[in-house]
Amino acid sequence: MGLQGYLVLAAVVFCIGLFGVITRRNTVGILLGIELMLNAVNINLVAFSRFHGEIAGMVFTLFTISVTVAEVALGLALVILLFRTRRTILADHIDWLKG
Amino acid sequence: MTLSVAAFWCLAIVLVGSALAVVLTKNLFHSVLWLALALTGTAGLFLTLDAEFLAAVQLLLYAGGVITIVVFAIVVTERLVAERITQSSRRIGAGALLAATLLAALLRIITRASVTEVRPAMTDDTTFRMGETLLTRHAMSLELLAVLLLASLIGAIYFARPED
Repeated sequence: MGLQGYLVLAAVVFCIGLFGVITRRNTVGILLGIELMLNAVNINLVAFSRFHGEIAGMVFTLFTISVTVAEVALGLALVILLFRTRRTILADHIDWLKG
Repeated sequence: MTLSVAAFWCLAIVLVGSALAVVLTKNLFHSVLWLALALTGTAGLFLTLDAEFLAAVQLLLYAGGVITIVVFAIVVTERLVAERITQSSRRIGAGALLAATLLAALLRIITRASVTEVRPAMTDDTTFRMGETLLTRHAMSLELLAVLLLASLIGAIYFARPED
């Protein structure tokens, strides 16, 4: 399969993830959408790395995967903290910076 | 050739289908399980791109680690609020419009770009070359990554610590 096929697939998955981020009310649901988007980017990185014979793309993917894991751990810790203080996980309710 | 193309299409169908299920399912828990399938499909895609090590990392960290953390968070928070884990969506029209517009723009760019379609022959093992690069050219980044993971670990413990 050519490089173009991988790029199109990654674009489709990225847009599905974006749709999830926009439409979900639940904070955990939004996080899942972000996961999908990051995943699509990883596919692009690995595909470019393979088709250009340059290993840096795969090394970069390793870094993005690790950073994503850190992001999810912190994000979910924040979600749990949010529950304690506000008893809600709907992103629309997190608006007390509005003044 | 035909086998790799067939594998790509199977994985593409699994990936797109499960990704759609992630953003459309009502039950949050089912959503997470579909995400696990999507991440596993991505690991399969990495295998078709000769990145065996990344496929293993993807399965261990993403499909193993991330999914476990998310399920754990859902279980904990559901007990806190004691309500069903259904979730609703809003602004579906605007979201679909924005996503479709972005997809159209991306597809236009991809089809117009002069990308190479020939896959270069494998010179040597990608895992070997990755390890070599990680400990020479990207050694500093690797160390910084370790610091980042430690910081996020401490941060997560600080945020989620029991109230005193």
